[in-house]
Amino acid sequence: MAGESGHGAQTSGEYIAHHLQNLQVCRVDSEWVWNHCAGNPMAINVDSMVFSVLLGLIFILIFRGAAKKASAGQPGKMQAFVEIVIDFIDSSVKDTFHGKSGLIAPLALTIFVWVFFMNLMDLIPVDWLPMIGAAVGVPYLKVVPTTDVNITFGMSIAVFFLIIFYSIKTKGIGGFIAELTLHPIAPPMKGFGLIAAPFIIAFNFILESVSLLAKPLSLSLRLFGNMFAGELIFILIALLGVWQLPLHFGWAVFHILIVTLQAFIFMMLTVVYLTLASEEH
Amino acid sequence: MDINMTLLGQTIAMIVFVWFCMKFIWPPIMTAIEARQKEIADGLAAAERGQQSLGKAKAESDEIVDDARKQATQILDQAHARANEIVAEGKADGIKERERQLAAATAEVEQETNRAREELRGQVSAIAVASAEKILRREIDAEAHEDILSKLAAEL
Repeated sequence: MAGESGHGAQTSGEYIAHHLQNLQVCRVDSEWVWNHCAGNPMAINVDSMVFSVLLGLIFILIFRGAAKKASAGQPGKMQAFVEIVIDFIDSSVKDTFHGKSGLIAPLALTIFVWVFFMNLMDLIPVDWLPMIGAAVGVPYLKVVPTTDVNITFGMSIAVFFLIIFYSIKTKGIGGFIAELTLHPIAPPMKGFGLIAAPFIIAFNFILESVSLLAKPLSLSLRLFGNMFAGELIFILIALLGVWQLPLHFGWAVFHILIVTLQAFIFMMLTVVYLTLASEEH
Repeated sequence: MDINMTLLGQTIAMIVFVWFCMKFIWPPIMTAIEARQKEIADGLAAAERGQQSLGKAKAESDEIVDDARKQATQILDQAHARANEIVAEGKADGIKERERQLAAATAEVEQETNRAREELRGQVSAIAVASAEKILRREIDAEAHEDILSKLAAEL
């Protein structure tokens, strides 16, 4: 199992560290450099990006194919499957979000299926793709994009901006600022209490900002943590020689649940956050 | 594990995918699903209507068959009655004809008998006259006793 590179025998520590290393590229001294980018904020994790976009394209291809053939007539098997997924997302969104929006349901669909596909890469035995990569000269390959905190953060930041956008859209900029400063303690508006008002507003602002920022943070870290831990356990199991076979099977079966559940939670929380943002108080 | 430009790349990728999904995937599929839902609802309603009209047609046809059966029975009864009537009429006619023929035959027989009797009488009277003539030729003038002789002949 552990024999990807030509450096001879690996220790367990090296094996794990190797598996957790992204294939990176960055610009150092106006030259493209591979894999010497530790700490460089301009580096790109090529493997995460490639797999993420690839899986997104698979999602697009499958669903676009069904959308092209969509008609009110008798659906094919693939179309029936796609429609089941869409119907499931649609009812989940409608249960939570009661407004009218052309964005939230497609957003939820994209998040659910895309994250599900990215999580599903976890079920491919941990050495297969890195070994193939090594055979064609790719030294590092991390195949599960959602075990890369950049990927989960990238998605939750998009959600974060949508939260702000929807807040401002329904309440206006004043309403949004009021929401950040006038809750949970209403500052006194007249009399001697006016002296205390700035302190109360500052306190409210700190509190509300934290709760606002906690949304994307918890969203991305929950997904990242679950998938990273799952991947790490797969790697540990892969170190166990022949005993990895039953253990890997058991963990993979359990992981099917986690893969689906985490995709669903990410989607559902996105919908809930956007619903909260677009509700009047 | 560092935060780097992958984050931005993923955000851009996500915006692109969500935009594509919002533009080209969700609306056509949703439209198709809603159209099919409507079609199925319409179909079910039509099926129900069909069932109802089928029940109505069935009741109607049952009624028609019942009527026809009643009519048939009636016609049959009438036919029976008419047949009986015809047979009775025939019987009566037969009896009348028989009686008529019987009467005719009887009359003819009587006529014949009378004629024969008349003839016989003539002959007998002729014979009687002849015999009497033969007897009386010697004793009686036929002409003188004409009245007695004809009276005799009428009595025979």
